[in-house]
Amino acid sequence: MFQIVEKKRWNDAVVQVTLDAPQIARKVQPGQFIIFRLDEFGERVPLTVADYDREAGTITLIFQLVGDSTRRFAQLEEGDAIQDLVGPLGMPTELPEQAKSVCVIGGGVGCAIAYPQAKHLHQKGLEVDTIVGFRNRDIVILEDEFRACSDNLYLCTDDGSYGTKGSVTAVLQEQLDQGKRYDAVIAIGPVSMMKFVCQVTKPYQIKTIVSLNPIMVDGTGMCGGCRVTVGGKIRYACVDGPDFDGHQVDFDELMRRNSTYRQQEQHACRLQLGQKGEQ
Amino acid sequence: MALEKVPMPERDPKERARCFEEVAMGYTPEQAQEETTRCLHCKAKPCVSGCPVGVPIPEFIAAVAQGDFLVAYDVILSANRLPAVCGRVCPQENQCEGKCVRGKKGQPVAIGHLERFVADYARTHGYAGKQESITPNGMRVAVVGGGPAGLTCAGDLARMGYQVTIFEAFHVAGGVLMYGIPEFRLPKDIVQQEIHSLEQLGVEIQPDMVIGKIFSIDELMTSGYDAVFLGSGAGLPRFMNIPGEALVGVCSANEYLTRINLMHSYDARYDTPVIQSKAVAVVGGGNVAMDAARSALRMGAEQVYIVYRRSEAEMPARLEEVHHAKEEGVVFQNLCNPVEILGDENSRVCGLRCIRMELGEPDESGRRRPIEVPGSEFVLDVDTVIIAIGTSPNPLISSTTAGLDTNRWGCLVVNEDTMATTKEKVYAGGDAVTGAATVILAMGAGKTAACSIDEALRNLSR
Repeated sequence: MFQIVEKKRWNDAVVQVTLDAPQIARKVQPGQFIIFRLDEFGERVPLTVADYDREAGTITLIFQLVGDSTRRFAQLEEGDAIQDLVGPLGMPTELPEQAKSVCVIGGGVGCAIAYPQAKHLHQKGLEVDTIVGFRNRDIVILEDEFRACSDNLYLCTDDGSYGTKGSVTAVLQEQLDQGKRYDAVIAIGPVSMMKFVCQVTKPYQIKTIVSLNPIMVDGTGMCGGCRVTVGGKIRYACVDGPDFDGHQVDFDELMRRNSTYRQQEQHACRLQLGQKGEQ
Repeated sequence: MALEKVPMPERDPKERARCFEEVAMGYTPEQAQEETTRCLHCKAKPCVSGCPVGVPIPEFIAAVAQGDFLVAYDVILSANRLPAVCGRVCPQENQCEGKCVRGKKGQPVAIGHLERFVADYARTHGYAGKQESITPNGMRVAVVGGGPAGLTCAGDLARMGYQVTIFEAFHVAGGVLMYGIPEFRLPKDIVQQEIHSLEQLGVEIQPDMVIGKIFSIDELMTSGYDAVFLGSGAGLPRFMNIPGEALVGVCSANEYLTRINLMHSYDARYDTPVIQSKAVAVVGGGNVAMDAARSALRMGAEQVYIVYRRSEAEMPARLEEVHHAKEEGVVFQNLCNPVEILGDENSRVCGLRCIRMELGEPDESGRRRPIEVPGSEFVLDVDTVIIAIGTSPNPLISSTTAGLDTNRWGCLVVNEDTMATTKEKVYAGGDAVTGAATVILAMGAGKTAACSIDEALRNLSR
């Protein structure tokens, strides 16, 4: 069992939990993920690790309430425990060796995964610009954290209720138009956002790393559910990724495949929420 | 004397094709004893030579004949800690029963059915086998992977006095016995009970531990393990590289079966979803393909096809599985090869374009090579395609361990007599070495490795 030592609710749809998991905390690196399973009846859900504290032996997850499992997870409180936590899985993020300046882009809850990247690179002494985007002011997360590890922080919202009005890709384009150049871009967020960021960076040939979140069961290279087409070849996000060269990824295919169980998930949410915890 | 086996009682095909209850229902004590009268107790014991783990078959059959079912259980346990599993899923026709003298004229003795009967009798009578006195020898062995190879290796080492830890990547041990083989062939409670009997021997099981990630092999060594056995299983599913494999409604048999078996998606109490299908094509002709096809029926598919490029004679699946699949209504499209998966406007599967094949000259595997029949393309009307054409080895451990050699297919290289890898004190067996094979071959490798680990460590400590 893995105990929740701290819980924070960012907003109605996004929750942060810190779990006691010393063995994982000892090894995990930015870009890697874990799989959790709440209890006997739960799914195996992959989540990229948002933060870790090797000394305290904890890892932090930030997740959006999208399905039955994340909704049930959000109902747990400090002191409660979950049954399974396996990791670290996947490969750590690899930047081009000579990279000195990096732009980290986060969209929505993807900021939870973009944050450890920015923090890690900032600690390594790289120049880090961050562009974070949200739908509106109510769902902004990690603003202070990002500010602490960014040379420049650009915050935008779709409706303009906070920061600049517009999308992260528009901000990125503006920076590039003004002559700003990065050795690498790390983009983490909705698939469509990552796709458009890659379209912006491609003409400039800026290495763009994206973190994919496909369907997954085991997370160790057994089920093949997480296969994505990268550079025309089948790759597996769980063992080859979850980071890939964004200019090579077939995002449209990923979006389609991610919809495989959507109907059933919504069905489960409507029917079973609330009953599950009592079983 | 009867030329044929006492038949195994089976659930009616119509009834069972819609539920996950076990198909074969097992012998009664009377049926088991009747079957034992067919054993000739030949001196040469060819059956034992056909068993990868060397179960003393005539001895346990003699005990069954006497009505000493629990004695028979102890006899089997002396060589095999997973008899309820093996009695159900071993391809006995190629092993013990394949060597049985009775098989020369008529059917061999139903060794598998008898093994299953004995194991089930012991379990339902609450008998866990006679207490063994184990003298701890103070040495520790790490077993990576809790599937058939790892479980067997762990059990044998524990009985020799080693302190054994199994590191299992999933939340529950059992490997393919849990995620792959369906409930209707191998009930999961039975698997867990046999695993529990290993824990009672002192084997420690640590779930949720992916070795190569949370610990490297070298870290296991430096943290006090005297040897490591790698039984990490087969890896990434193969796809066909034909157009349409990224459509919604295409998955590997591994994924399909794992969702159903390990994650219980057929049980409404569990959260894990699985594709809901009306018509399914399963591509492949092995046992995994049969398992996926029969599972699809049970998940409610109205039409299920097996699509296999050679003829039934070349099919690698057990005859019994093919027979059961046919009885339940799976339609076989043999000599038929997929060329394209068709999708609708929402990128969901709406058909499988196939081409008829005919058999040409034998290929390197000795089987006649299938060749396309020009102009014979046709479309199977399906909404789901499940790919069951095998797996490639998992790179997780080999890529993170220096000194561990793999062959050109990515399988771990071992000395076949000792199962020693190219890395000192590291042994391996099962699908990680052979590529996808059978439960019992993996168990045999686990057993061999346990003996060599014991020999090597005893020599060292001398």
